[in-house]
This record gives sequence, C-alpha cells and structure tokens, in this order.
Amino acid sequence: MADAAAIQTIDLRKRYDSVEALRGLNLNVATGSICGFLGRNGAGKTTTIKVLLGMTHPTSGQARVLGLDADRPDASVEIRRRTAFVGEDKDLYDAMTVDEMIRFTAAFYPRWRADLQARYLRAFDLPADRPIKTLSRGTRTKVGLLLALCRGAELLVLDEPTSGLDPAAAEQVLQALVGHVADEAATIFFSSHQIANVEQIADSVAIIDGGRTVLAGSLDELRERYRRVQLVFDRDAPDPAFRAPGIERVRRSGRVLSVLSSAGAEPVLDEARALNPVSMDVVPVTLKEIFLEAVALED
Amino acid sequence: MIFRPNPSLGVPIYLQLMEQVKHAIETGALRPGEQLPGIRPLAEELVINPNTVAKAYRELEHEGVIELRHGAGAFVSAGERPKKVADKLRAGQAIVAAAVDRLHARGLADEEIRRLFEAELAGLSKTGGRNG
Repeated sequence: MADAAAIQTIDLRKRYDSVEALRGLNLNVATGSICGFLGRNGAGKTTTIKVLLGMTHPTSGQARVLGLDADRPDASVEIRRRTAFVGEDKDLYDAMTVDEMIRFTAAFYPRWRADLQARYLRAFDLPADRPIKTLSRGTRTKVGLLLALCRGAELLVLDEPTSGLDPAAAEQVLQALVGHVADEAATIFFSSHQIANVEQIADSVAIIDGGRTVLAGSLDELRERYRRVQLVFDRDAPDPAFRAPGIERVRRSGRVLSVLSSAGAEPVLDEARALNPVSMDVVPVTLKEIFLEAVALED
Repeated sequence: MIFRPNPSLGVPIYLQLMEQVKHAIETGALRPGEQLPGIRPLAEELVINPNTVAKAYRELEHEGVIELRHGAGAFVSAGERPKKVADKLRAGQAIVAAAVDRLHARGLADEEIRRLFEAELAGLSKTGGRNG
C-alpha cells in the first residue's frame, strides 16, 4: 500500500488543435507523499491536472489516479469523489458567509470531517460570519483549502496553494498540509512557483517543461546528487571535456570554471585535479538552481 | 524544540535533523532516556514533511542513537555513547582552537581558514599548486 502510486502517467499526450500541451509526460506520485509539481507558465501543469481529474481527454498515453483509469467516465467519477481539488479560482459563492459556504459544501460529502473543520477554522483564523465577497485573496485561499481538507479525500490536488499569501499565511497553509499527511495518510500533489515552499514540505518533485517530464524524483536524492564544483586557476580557465557522468553544465568565466554535476562532486574532483587549479570548492545546489537548470536545458 | 533544519541548504532535511538530534544529545540538551517529540507534532512545528521526520528517526534508531518504542514514541538511547562523543568533541575543539590560533598568528583571515578546513574535509588536499 505504501508503495502503490496515487498518480501515475505513462507517455501522456494532449493536443489542442495545433498546440501539443503534453508531449509524453511521465509521473509517479507515491501514496502518502507530498509531491511538488514544478514548471514554467505554459509548461503543461494545468492540462496535466485536467487530465488527471477527467476534465479533458488525453490524445494518447495513460493516466491512472488512485489506481483508476482517469479517461474512463465511470472511473473518473470515482476519482473525483476520492480526490479534492483546489484550483486558482477557488469556486466560492460570494453571497454566502464563510459558515454558510462550509455548511453548503459539507452537505455534498458524506465523509465530511467536522473535527477537521473546527481545527482549520481556528488554525486559519477564519471569520465565520463574514461574507465571502469581503474576504482578502489570502483568506479566500484558506477557505478553499479548508473545504478541500475536510472532505475526507485520499488525494489532494492543489494548484498554487500558497500563491498570493503573505509568509505567515503561507506557513499556516503548509503546516496544515504536513499535519494532514501525517494524520490522514493522504497524498498531496501540488503545483507551485514558490520553490522555497516545495523545498520545505515536499518529499518528491516532478519538473516539467514543454509538456515533458525533465526531472523527477526524491528531493533528498536530488539534494545529495547535485553539486557545484568551482575551480579557480592562476591563468585563464581551460576548456576541458569532462568524461565524468552527470555533468549538467560547465561555465567558464575568466579564471573560474564552474561545473554542475548531478552525480556528486567526486568524479568531477578526480578529473579536475589533473587541471591543476589553485582552488577547488564544492557547494550544494538549491532546488531553485536545479529547476532553472532543468528547464533551461530544454530551451 | 531546539531543531531548525534549513530546507534551502541543499542538504537532505532528514540528514540535517539527524545531525541536530545528535548535537542536542552531545551538548546534553537531550539526555539518555528522554523522549523526543512525536513525528506529527515535530513535522507540524518545523513545517516539514512527516515522512522526513520518520526517516530521520528510523536512521537514528539504526545508528543506535535513539530507540523507537512501539506505541510510546522515540527515546534517546541509554548508554555511554553520548558522553564519549561529547568528550571526543571537547578534545577535538581544543585542537581546532590551537590550529586556528596559529593560523591567525600567520595572518590568515577567518574566511580563509574556513575555506582551508572545508577543502581539507572535502579531500582536496591532494591538489597541487594550492595557494595560501
């Protein structure tokens, strides 16, 4: 059960008229994990989410959610029953108060969790009596998230859950998400441009660009594999052809040679010693740098 | 709690957490037999993934630093290990302090000394033509 995939896509493709939004997307999100879904605007994130929720048909390839085929109408109903989705526009009714909105939503879900409702009303500082239309963008986001968390869903699909939130509100939301995964053994799949937020709570990431997966895997593993080796020379930096595996990029600038490796620093250092640099430094690489490198390679 | 991992450090968070737990034991902030926070409360407090906390605890148990007692939580292992480590660290600190003093006396700045230590630890001393 722990190893079963909550989301799996194989060579998923989607064409809209002349535009190929997805061009062979492969995803694998483990049950009980928090997966950060990263990509530039227009990379295909929204299309992917639509396919997963059965809101649009893929042109070819496979998408399975909670073990069910997302493209089959009956399975798709089941997927949406067991999955909570919060999009960027939060689908709230402006005329209702927060409390009315909650009661209205709860009526549709037999597994509604009144205990979680009470917890998140408090944790998110939500004003129960205020009409939705008077709420700030951040508070609307938190209402939308509360509605999703209380549904008793096994899978949460969140599109930019922290966008437009101040740092304190974003922290409240992230805290609710990690608490939810710990208590409910739920899976969270969330897209975000806030790389620091992904770095903070995700255990895996999938980076897509141009409708393809360019990098995916455990965040711990990426942190361990990626290293930047900075070499300084007492002359102009040479332009060596490194043979070590996993060399992602080599940049020369004056007397400095900067080598980005996705296979640790050791193989690079072994080769670099022969070049007689006056200094060698190894620095860890942040997820932001990995992301920029992953999407730049596909340009 | 005394733990504070930094997600943007480029080092796996579970490794940072493991180091911080060990450090807390070495300094005596956590004593043998004392209970560590539960996975959920710690994940929520630090706002990190609960699987990350679980992984750090599993690895610490594997190393014999803590014990996971079924249904009761995580406890610092009883035993002399922490004290020995603390003694070793104290002795090591004296050696480092002496070395740093000598390097200062030779006119090296803190940042230069830090780089030398880091390069030495990264196994770079085999490099020919190193300056400084």
